[in-house]
Amino acid sequence: MFRLAALVLTFAFASLPQTPVVLAQEHSITLASTTSTEESGLFGHLIPIFHAATGIEVRVVAVGTGQALAIGARGDADALLVHDRAGEDKFVADRNGIDRRDVMYNDFVIVGPKSDPAGVRGMKDARQAFEKIAASSSPFASRGDDSGTNRMELRIWSSLALAPRGSAWYRELGSGMGATLNTAVQMTAYVLTDRATFAHFQNRGDLAILVEGDKLLLNPYGSILVNPAKWPQVKAQDARIWHEWLTSAEGRAAITSYRVNGEQLFFVGTPFGN
Amino acid sequence: MNELGRGFALALGLISHGDSELTGIVLLSLAVSLTATFAALLVGAPMGAGLAIAKFRARGGLILAANALLGLPPVVVGLAVYLLLSRSGPLGRFGMLFTPPAMILAQITLLTPIVIALTHRFADVLWDQYGGALMVDGASKPRSVLTILAIGKASLLTVFLAAFGRAISEVGAIIVVGGNIRGYTRTMTTAIALETSKGDLALALGLGLVLIALSVTVNAIAFLLARSWKK
Repeated sequence: MFRLAALVLTFAFASLPQTPVVLAQEHSITLASTTSTEESGLFGHLIPIFHAATGIEVRVVAVGTGQALAIGARGDADALLVHDRAGEDKFVADRNGIDRRDVMYNDFVIVGPKSDPAGVRGMKDARQAFEKIAASSSPFASRGDDSGTNRMELRIWSSLALAPRGSAWYRELGSGMGATLNTAVQMTAYVLTDRATFAHFQNRGDLAILVEGDKLLLNPYGSILVNPAKWPQVKAQDARIWHEWLTSAEGRAAITSYRVNGEQLFFVGTPFGN
Repeated sequence: MNELGRGFALALGLISHGDSELTGIVLLSLAVSLTATFAALLVGAPMGAGLAIAKFRARGGLILAANALLGLPPVVVGLAVYLLLSRSGPLGRFGMLFTPPAMILAQITLLTPIVIALTHRFADVLWDQYGGALMVDGASKPRSVLTILAIGKASLLTVFLAAFGRAISEVGAIIVVGGNIRGYTRTMTTAIALETSKGDLALALGLGLVLIALSVTVNAIAFLLARSWKK
């Protein structure tokens, strides 16, 4: 039995992907980013291109923006790619990060049941749409997870001086974008989602895009380097290569070439007025 | 229900194509869970047997603790190990967070109480039967531990299967300390969690079926092994 154990253990160790101890020379960085970016499939497109160009492996930990910023604040990532300008600016102001740059943007859309009980279809004003949803007490699924999407949603509610938390029609789920959409399908609720995740989402049920095009719904992404002065263990050099590649011509070409069903999901430059 | 059918079809398709991403995920799941299980056995089995054999004051308390820790919530263990391994934590300088070794560490933490408690259970019974004879023979404590484990090796195999089952199906701890990084720390269970949250339920089901098949295979091998010992 001990021989078998030895055999299996050897197999187990052999299959183990290279650990930092074993392969000290391998170039890799840990990127803390968001669930919406991951679930849209963008990284599956970008990272192989970057890896081929530089030989650096990018390991993406995809969590909500709030959590990504927290991971960076603990020094557990080398770079961030998130979408909450206020959070990003605070991150840099707190000396946790340096050199925040605009990378790309996409937009949010309001999706909801095709029957549209709140009557918001085709509206061009997101705030008014939110108002109508609240007024009609139609089910609304919130991510409730301190993500960039959640922060955007809460900003809209607070700009209307509304506080829907606690109301029966407002469902705070504490979930990523995909999970929230899953639940919203079953609840036939309205959801604020980024266009990219919805385009990529397989399980739509009765949900469709009802409100889009409002400038308010533009969603800019920023890349930040985790401050190597604060966290000496950060892989500063490789992280900077990634950071600069994102805003280079090659990086931009890679971002804008990403398509789902022929639709471009991410755009470069800075959205007007933001 | 047709999701289940699509899941079956997807699973068969992935397996027959030898999809490289799937292969990587399967190998990682096996590597992490098997390594953790064996490490937990190495540490926990002698401790469990030792608790049956040795008589000392704290013994009752330790047995109680081991049994109580059976109910340790995996996600809490994940959180604790995360804080330990974080660059801002005590073991930060090893850079172990978001790596497979971190996942193994978290699983060892979860499995060791299971191994100790279950080993103690059968070792206690065996010690009642054989303890007298062993002591008459003049066996030392360490020697007795090894002998009891050898006598109870069929039960030890069951302990292995219980621990492995826990490990291979676990997701809460490894997703927190591993980060579910594609191609690096994504295992079967974390992949299923991801695909479910993306709304790709058919693929999640397909992966689930592959995971079950894996688990059944390991159990079958263990069963055949136990049978060969009986002969």
